[in-house]
Amino acid sequence: MAAALLEAKGISKYFGAITALRDVNFHVAPGEVLGVVGDNGAGKSTLMKILSGLFVPSEGELVFNGAPVKFGSPKDAQRLGIEMVYQDFALAGNMPIYENIYLGREPGTKFGPLTIVDHKRARQMASDHLDRLHIHVKSVDQNTEDLSGGQRQAVAIARATAFDAKLVIMDEPTAALAIKEVGKVLDLVRSLKQHGVAVIIISHRMDDIFYCCDRVMALYQGTNFAEADLPKTSRNEVIGWIMGTKGHTTSLAHDNMH
Amino acid sequence: MSDTPATKTGFSLRGPGMSKFLEVYGIVLVVVVMMAVLAAIKPEVFLSAQNLTNILKQNASLALLALGMYVVIVTAGIDLSVGSVMGLAMVALAMASKAGVPWPLVLLIGPAIGLAVGWVNGIGLTVLKLPHPFIMTLGTLNVARGLTYLISNGAPISGLQPEVRYIGQAYFGFGLPPPAGLPASLILVAVCAVGLWFFLEKTNMGRHIFAIGGNPHAARVSGINVDRTLVVVYMISGFMAGLSGLLLAGRTDSGFPNAGIGIELDAIAAVIIGGASFFGGRGTVLGVLAGVLIMGILRNGLNINNVSAFWQQILIGLVIIIAVYIDVLRRRAAVRR
Repeated sequence: MAAALLEAKGISKYFGAITALRDVNFHVAPGEVLGVVGDNGAGKSTLMKILSGLFVPSEGELVFNGAPVKFGSPKDAQRLGIEMVYQDFALAGNMPIYENIYLGREPGTKFGPLTIVDHKRARQMASDHLDRLHIHVKSVDQNTEDLSGGQRQAVAIARATAFDAKLVIMDEPTAALAIKEVGKVLDLVRSLKQHGVAVIIISHRMDDIFYCCDRVMALYQGTNFAEADLPKTSRNEVIGWIMGTKGHTTSLAHDNMH
Repeated sequence: MSDTPATKTGFSLRGPGMSKFLEVYGIVLVVVVMMAVLAAIKPEVFLSAQNLTNILKQNASLALLALGMYVVIVTAGIDLSVGSVMGLAMVALAMASKAGVPWPLVLLIGPAIGLAVGWVNGIGLTVLKLPHPFIMTLGTLNVARGLTYLISNGAPISGLQPEVRYIGQAYFGFGLPPPAGLPASLILVAVCAVGLWFFLEKTNMGRHIFAIGGNPHAARVSGINVDRTLVVVYMISGFMAGLSGLLLAGRTDSGFPNAGIGIELDAIAAVIIGGASFFGGRGTVLGVLAGVLIMGILRNGLNINNVSAFWQQILIGLVIIIAVYIDVLRRRAAVRR
């Protein structure tokens, strides 16, 4: 195992009487693509929200590049290069592509609390960045509401990687896409990997996991359930993990539950 | 990239270029057409310097209110309190002026009251988490109006210091005969409009206001402090309302406790006629000014043609409906494109 970029040790998270996560351990290395699977309510989203600074864990610690870190807000995580791509893309449809990419981090000249935005530079930066990622759009001035689902996902990924991202967390990156666009987005994930960016993909789709992940880990009822390097497992085994069964590699887990 | 932004900026009369042009300037064309029609019907009255100056002076207060309302509507909010804030500002500064408070301080009273009420509106929305700005500003609409009656005992106050009246009354003749000239109030509106345009288009906070109107969730996860931005938005609206109170007090040389009752609806109408979306995230400062002028010219045109005030209200109502319907059609066409 390469040195971990981000590591979570003994993470627990309680919401009142409900335990969302219990003693979860986790690590991801630079340039590694990790798939996280689990049934609804298994704790995937809670874990990702802890990693991206939206939630504070009740117990346990996060270690980034060997040093313990605490995130009070998503800004803290972003400062270390940890970015989240949301399932609904979280784009402002009424605004052009380039403004969405730099939303909240506009280039320009600071005057006290205000920044005079340099729109020309933002356009140029956006178009260069999209070129680097091999994302093609008609114009960076297009409003994102005029884009297809795949193009929106691409813009969301471009935003996540606009500022030297080290780790990109993607929540169901293909769930809202037309089938022909899924491949393009997954290829984008691979190209992030080639740039040395670590990627975490939460997905229900085995095709996504087996197309671009190096390793897959399963959560079950808020705990670590199983994990394996991709070549050492199979679709059916992973589906079994999601259902909370181990060792069924040839038949679906629920077939053996009677 | 096959189609670089550089080739996009070249203006083209075909396809999207033309429709974009119409989207931005179509509303200005409406104003020009209205003026042309009125000029054709009653050239000697409508085009007189006095009448044109009058239109501008009468609508300056509404223009300020509409500019403030526009910022709120961009966030998909609404500010019902602006009419009351205008009344409260007007009465408070008139009383202060009468009481002999130095005029530079009197000038600050209106905007200060506006900022204070705007802050309260913003806090109610973001800290008390009242479900919709309609409710919070409906509350402050009543509170501010009640305060206005309370401090004035319901009686108008007249006779202000000349310096306080200046911005509402002065105009620059440039050596032309008296009815002609540029009202100082128009200059104030122009300065506010340009300032607001710059703030909304060129500063990060202005862009964040549009982002909040487009998708509040996106704004929040982009690290924008949505609550703080919303408080600023309602303070801008309050500030403009206070300023319009100062303008109206100067023009009428009085503080009138009933001033501005229902004018918040005119301000909303002007913003909507000007092409801003009630659902947030869309609109232009130019459109808002055009919306104010469309309402002002319509009223003026009906007045000089001796149409009853009752018909005027009916027509304004129809114009609101038609303006929004045109917007619906345009958006549908844009989706098909």
